[in-house]
Amino acid sequence: MRHLIDPLDFTRQETDRLLELAENIIQSPGAYAHRCAGKILGALFFEPSTRTRLSFESAMLRLGGQVLGFSDAGSSSASKGESVADTIRMVSAYADIAAMRHFKEGAPFVASRYAKIPVINAGDGGHQHPTQTLTDMFAIRRRRGKVDGMTIGLCGDLKFGRTVHSLIKSLVRYENVRFIFISPEELRVPGYIVKEVVEPSGHRWEEARAMEEVMPELDILYMTRVQRERFFNEEDYVRLKDSYVLTPEKLRAAKPDLSIMHPLPRVNEIAPEVDNDSRAVYFEQAKGGVYVRMALILTLLGLEKGILDGEEA
Amino acid sequence: MLNIDSIENGIVIDHITAGRSMRVYDLLELDKLDTCVAIIKNAKSEKFGKKDIIKIEGATDIDLDVLGFIDDRATVCIIRDGKLVEKKRPTLPQKLVNIVSCKNPRCITSVEKVDQVFYLCDEKAHRYRCRYCEQEYKK
Repeated sequence: MRHLIDPLDFTRQETDRLLELAENIIQSPGAYAHRCAGKILGALFFEPSTRTRLSFESAMLRLGGQVLGFSDAGSSSASKGESVADTIRMVSAYADIAAMRHFKEGAPFVASRYAKIPVINAGDGGHQHPTQTLTDMFAIRRRRGKVDGMTIGLCGDLKFGRTVHSLIKSLVRYENVRFIFISPEELRVPGYIVKEVVEPSGHRWEEARAMEEVMPELDILYMTRVQRERFFNEEDYVRLKDSYVLTPEKLRAAKPDLSIMHPLPRVNEIAPEVDNDSRAVYFEQAKGGVYVRMALILTLLGLEKGILDGEEA
Repeated sequence: MLNIDSIENGIVIDHITAGRSMRVYDLLELDKLDTCVAIIKNAKSEKFGKKDIIKIEGATDIDLDVLGFIDDRATVCIIRDGKLVEKKRPTLPQKLVNIVSCKNPRCITSVEKVDQVFYLCDEKAHRYRCRYCEQEYKK
């Protein structure tokens, strides 16, 4: 049984095929409207989420399936002390596929070991967020047409930002990518990501403290939010939260075809005036997340077969 | 010069890095044995200057993975009828199960009763990473 726990659980070829399926769903949504009829998605959200939870629910409903679940740990049996292993054993009897978000890192991996149904990691603490990565890759594919040869600036909280770690792991599988890590000293990208992921792959990387320094070189600027929930110390959060704010002034030096991405939600890191800039991709990026999750659900349930080969859905 | 009797049947863990014998003793759970166990600290070593040695009477096997993790320089000598019959060198294990614990408070292993699993991520630097949260193990 396949699960999606780590962004690298799918090969580059499998990822490309899944994104191709997502594109196909956008082109012919009617062909997929009943593909998951009779199937149930268990949406197990132990941590609050708006975008990811709603996009999973929307994805399953658009495929003709149904959804059950909870949206915070307080309304689940976890509040009574039930283990992740027992929760997923129970959900395996109630649903056909599960999407799990958990505040503890590695919880979806534990779930996958006890589950009788496919498990999707919908974000685990500051660790991984593979469906956001697929969504990001889909946005790059749609906007840029390719990943090879891109100079990608990752800006903000590169230490706790799980979307950043997952995205880097996926991007290194392409050719000649150049990474520029833009962060304050305290929120630098973890050393192991550089030493074990970026450097062995042979891609170029550098660090910057100011986004203005590197703006003219970027093809893609991936902004992130400094997340209050990842800090043990409120003072550190307050000090670092507005480290980087993207404004129209800072964008003057950028390339005309720059793609500005953000996993959302944003707080202050992108000024609202940037929303009308044609280079802003983030809302389009979020919309793509529904189609990517539809493609993922179909793939993990084994219902994608034949679709891309021209067989009628 | 301190004299410790030779063992007739058992295991001698030799060439332990000086100072690490108690950690080897603890992680191999030698306290649970009811046979004779001798720990020799800071013995003279031609090769390393100083070394620790552990002699375990009656033992026939030890977990080489655990030993490799603590000290891959050590040698394991199997003694039968007072003679050395086999010499083994531990290697750095690819995986550690329930040998060390993850110290990341955000890791699921801090609340869920599951095996503590670490995998070798950098052989040269002897670095291990938690299978669940990928936090590096720091000794």
